[in-house]
Amino acid sequence: MGDPSVRLGVDIGGTFTDVVLETPQGQVSTKVLTTYAAPEDAIIEGIARVCRRAGVAPGAIGQIIHGTTLATNALIERRGAKTALITTEGFRDVIEMRTESRFEQYDLNLRLPEPLLPRQSRLTLRERMNARGEVLVPLDRDEVAALAARIGRAGYGSVAVGLLHSYANPAHERMVRDVLAEALPGVMVSLSSEVSPQMREYERFNTVVANAYIKPLMKSYLGRLAGRLREEGVDCPVFLMHSGGGIISLESAAEFPVRLVESGPAGGAVFAADIAARYGLEKVLSFDMGGTTAKICLIRGGVPKTARVFEVARTYRFKKGSGMPISIPVIDMVEIGAGGGSLAHVDAMRQIRVGPESAGSEPGPACYGRGGTRPAVTDADLTLGRLDPETFAGGSIPLDAAAARRALETMLGEPLGMDAREAAFGLAEVVDETMANAARVHAVENGEDLAEYTMIAFGGAAPLHAGRLCEKLGIDRLLVPPGAGVGSAIGFLRAPFSFEANRSVYMRLSDFDPDRVKALFAELGEEARGFVRSCDADADILSEYKAYMRYTGQGWEIPVDLSAEQAGAPDAATCKARFEAEYAALFGRVVDGMDIEITVWAVNATTPPQAVARVAEEPDGTTVAPPRTRALFDPALGETVEAGIHARDTLAPGDTLDGPAAIVEDETTIIVPASRRALRQPDGCIDVKEGGA
Amino acid sequence: MTPTTVQYQVMWNRLVSVVEEQAQALVRTAFSTSVREAGDLSAGVYDLQGRMLAQAVTGTPGHVNAMAESVGHFMRRIGVETMAEGDVYITNDPWEGTGHLHDITVVTPSFRGGALVGFFACTAHIVDIGGRGFGADANSVYEEGLYIPIMRFADRGAVDETLVRIIRGNVREPDQLVGDIYALATCNGIGHRRLVDMMDEFGLETLDGIAAFILDNSRRATVERIAALPNGSADGAMTIDGYSAPVTLKVRLDIADDHILADFAGTSGLDRKGINVPLVYTKAYACYALKCAIAPEIPNNAASLEPFRVVAEENSIVHALHPAPVALRHVIGHMIPDTVYAALDTLLPATVPAEGAGSLCNFQVSLRPRTDAPAPADAVRSEVLTFNSGGSGARPALDGMNATAFPSGVMTMPVEATENVGPILITRKELRPDSGGAGAHRGGLGQYMQVAAREGHEFDISAMFDRVDHPARGRQGGRPGAPTTIAQDDGTPMRGKGRQFVPHGRTVMLAFPGGAGYGEPGARDPALVRRDLAGGYITPEAAKREYGLDDAEIARVLDAVETGEEIE
Repeated sequence: MGDPSVRLGVDIGGTFTDVVLETPQGQVSTKVLTTYAAPEDAIIEGIARVCRRAGVAPGAIGQIIHGTTLATNALIERRGAKTALITTEGFRDVIEMRTESRFEQYDLNLRLPEPLLPRQSRLTLRERMNARGEVLVPLDRDEVAALAARIGRAGYGSVAVGLLHSYANPAHERMVRDVLAEALPGVMVSLSSEVSPQMREYERFNTVVANAYIKPLMKSYLGRLAGRLREEGVDCPVFLMHSGGGIISLESAAEFPVRLVESGPAGGAVFAADIAARYGLEKVLSFDMGGTTAKICLIRGGVPKTARVFEVARTYRFKKGSGMPISIPVIDMVEIGAGGGSLAHVDAMRQIRVGPESAGSEPGPACYGRGGTRPAVTDADLTLGRLDPETFAGGSIPLDAAAARRALETMLGEPLGMDAREAAFGLAEVVDETMANAARVHAVENGEDLAEYTMIAFGGAAPLHAGRLCEKLGIDRLLVPPGAGVGSAIGFLRAPFSFEANRSVYMRLSDFDPDRVKALFAELGEEARGFVRSCDADADILSEYKAYMRYTGQGWEIPVDLSAEQAGAPDAATCKARFEAEYAALFGRVVDGMDIEITVWAVNATTPPQAVARVAEEPDGTTVAPPRTRALFDPALGETVEAGIHARDTLAPGDTLDGPAAIVEDETTIIVPASRRALRQPDGCIDVKEGGA
Repeated sequence: MTPTTVQYQVMWNRLVSVVEEQAQALVRTAFSTSVREAGDLSAGVYDLQGRMLAQAVTGTPGHVNAMAESVGHFMRRIGVETMAEGDVYITNDPWEGTGHLHDITVVTPSFRGGALVGFFACTAHIVDIGGRGFGADANSVYEEGLYIPIMRFADRGAVDETLVRIIRGNVREPDQLVGDIYALATCNGIGHRRLVDMMDEFGLETLDGIAAFILDNSRRATVERIAALPNGSADGAMTIDGYSAPVTLKVRLDIADDHILADFAGTSGLDRKGINVPLVYTKAYACYALKCAIAPEIPNNAASLEPFRVVAEENSIVHALHPAPVALRHVIGHMIPDTVYAALDTLLPATVPAEGAGSLCNFQVSLRPRTDAPAPADAVRSEVLTFNSGGSGARPALDGMNATAFPSGVMTMPVEATENVGPILITRKELRPDSGGAGAHRGGLGQYMQVAAREGHEFDISAMFDRVDHPARGRQGGRPGAPTTIAQDDGTPMRGKGRQFVPHGRTVMLAFPGGAGYGEPGARDPALVRRDLAGGYITPEAAKREYGLDDAEIARVLDAVETGEEIE
């Protein structure tokens, strides 16, 4: 067994596999190209590199925390197993009929996304529960056996079971599993009442189908990974990061692989939450901008905001409704098709539009000089002086400033009568405004005022745009942590063991049943704590209780936290008071005289957060003079100014510099607008605040 | 300082985002299922001339043009000089709002530093407004429910309690309706706050500059699109079921250099029952149909809508005047795009789809304890409204969409959610094989539904269905979609429209219409025919009859399904 103080974080992304090794001596990280055919190969390679650099043997690793986009990619690229759905007679097409609406109202040639399973793979059984979970039509075991024979003949490797109202009574789904297990022992089975026991059949069926679809693939990968690690002498437990921001065991992950979807971005949010805790920040907006997308997440009290449903594999310009809904506990993030590679064009109204189409790495932005002719966000950044053509990516990719200007002039400048600089300004403002609007809408939906927030920015493109974004959002303070390029993998190492169990049980406060609620919370608590116990038999476990409530007749619930005491001795008056406080905070006023109802109950079991050392924050120290300057366009001033250029690794704790400035490192550049000043904190964070020269 | 072009662009994006926030706030706080589940709503921002500058993407086309005109009526009736901070105005006038009493429109003046700078408006479809209840059976608008003329809901912040009491006393679900009115006022308030933030940030005193920028660019872009079309005229017509008698919709389209005129002369007169359409709603859907085909990506505002002109004869069914009954104006209104496309297809071949289901397949169910025998103690009364869709018409290069609303923009409600609302049982909701009209591109499939009550209940169903006798017609040799059918499980026939009783223990069997096909079925890609057969979108009989598959081929496909082989 390894040394528990030596821990490894691994994030398999679309392009790179990031590996971070943490020892009592410090942190070592590396990036290896992702090996699609056998993703474990990149991990083994990465482990060899970091162990060599840290001078530890692979056998010394005490714990591995792993997150991956493999599950997400399998859903997007439709590379899952041959899967069947068993559902209630009369409801064969739920996953195909969706919400019966068009997500884009004005496109006559709209294509709806194909359901994950073709119609012939969706099979039905005569059975029915009602909304209270009472059996209306009993399930006939022989009919299930006959269906099992059909599934066997057709050679399905995985089966999803989604029956109507199974969240209220899972008996029929369990009977289907028992019969299948007997008849077809090699076939994997997923039940909707276990994967996502929530009301609303479209979301629940889609979630269980997605789980079943990727289960054989993920189970096989995780099995191979465990084997390879043992061969390499790494004999330690492997845990998986899940979309809700916690960690589960390899066995749980193999059973519920759909919970791994979005585990990488969840790691990023946990990374930001850890920085927030180290600085004692109550309200943080995490901003992660890479090559193709930007992600925004709200973090309060060191905890990223979570949601119960999200959409994966959007097929139409990242448009809401064009993907498939997955209802699992997930860190609530807004994802926008805006990254460094996003391409710009001029539309019919002579407006500049940016993204979601991306230049990718081939041909890349025009300035990469690989044949790209359309201007990307990176071309605008270069033309505005935010990037140095010589030192980009540590000098490994020389940038062609003339090509960037040419693309801006041809595609934007000519139709709009602008020169390259003004076109670049327009492009950058449009992309920053798009991200700012997404952040504003997200904040409003959560009843938050961003003026009270601090931004934490990471990902290759974020530090170039974060300063301007803060100006637009009225945010006073921005932190750019070190190690931002492997933020997700570092985040994995900061995540607690956690699991959320939830269930749809409908109850009005006027009809509140304390005994039932108490029993329900107890049962959910057992289930959630059981998962955490399977990771760590001895750890302390905290249980968080939540009821999702709304006025009777409304369609949107809001989550209401209850204390352990309130969950152990529930009463209607407390629930009402807690709900009204939350509702008033969100929407301004409560509605008098209305009944209130609870639709979903949840218990999140988690190990306590790791103790973090508060950063001893430096006051503004010595103002350092820039070693050199260059021309930088400042959008708030609307003009080009002379900006100081600093190398990040030459700044000492307490060093302070005035905007306009650029702080350069290998992976990225931090732009300090004219309205701000920057301070290097002892932990390496660059702290950008209001008040420039 | 005059803002730069780049700053104006940023402000335009911001206004679109502001109205989207306004709409989202409405969805989150509304009580009626039609708003919160189905998205039957609209939200927008207006300048001091009452011109709509931006409209939320969330919402349904029926409100587009209707709400755009509404603010002008509010300005005239209330009197701009009497408006004050804290005011909120309201109406459900079908002719000055959005077409029936079931839509509540709320307008809020936006003041900054004591000066009026603009307006916010929003509209939502509510489940009940009293009267006979939502349905087709009224003989005049007076029977359809409570009428709220354009008036103050709040005067300088003080809600008119007399109005609230009158509303509460006249509707079946008073909490729900009053909650919805508050939600409408809240959502305008959120829009207002964000507008003021934007004006502060950019140092704007008025919206004049940004209004001119938005409207000039939108007008020019729209007119450029129209100018690129060949000038010409064409006629289109479509006959549908109606209520008392079949209805023929007629339109003549004239494409000029800088506008398109849609003239509905020759269309049938008023129906005696509540399916008549105020002109605002006709304009909304005619305009929507044209915009989809000609200028889909240009945002909705006063200038981008203006070049699409719509006229009709007074007291024809598409220009109903007070006091005609109009509660189900959507049933006819949703058919207007197919009528417009009948004409547009002549002028712009290979652009528009074949006819589809058209109107939403909605019904409202009023459940109550059984009266033919003693009812169980836990039996209750309940009103349940559902929105459902048939198939859309096949496109020139694509199949129609299965069970998907067009032209309406609303969503269906989940069966599990509906069954949690009241003692209703929906025992089937799935695609209807063979209902999509055959063609080189197949029409979208309609759907089957079966509706019953929980043990111990009986119910009335208010039917709102068309295309029972007039299924969707194909283009270029495409075959018609399947018609609507409705009956009870014991064979008792039922009507497509109107309130009808269903005794204890019976189930209503519904089959919603399919979209029509596009192009000759013989030209369909054989691989798509095999795919449809394998998935059961078409039966073996239809594969043989419509597409000429032989028995051996059919057996091969069905066998491949059994053995789990890929079908190419």
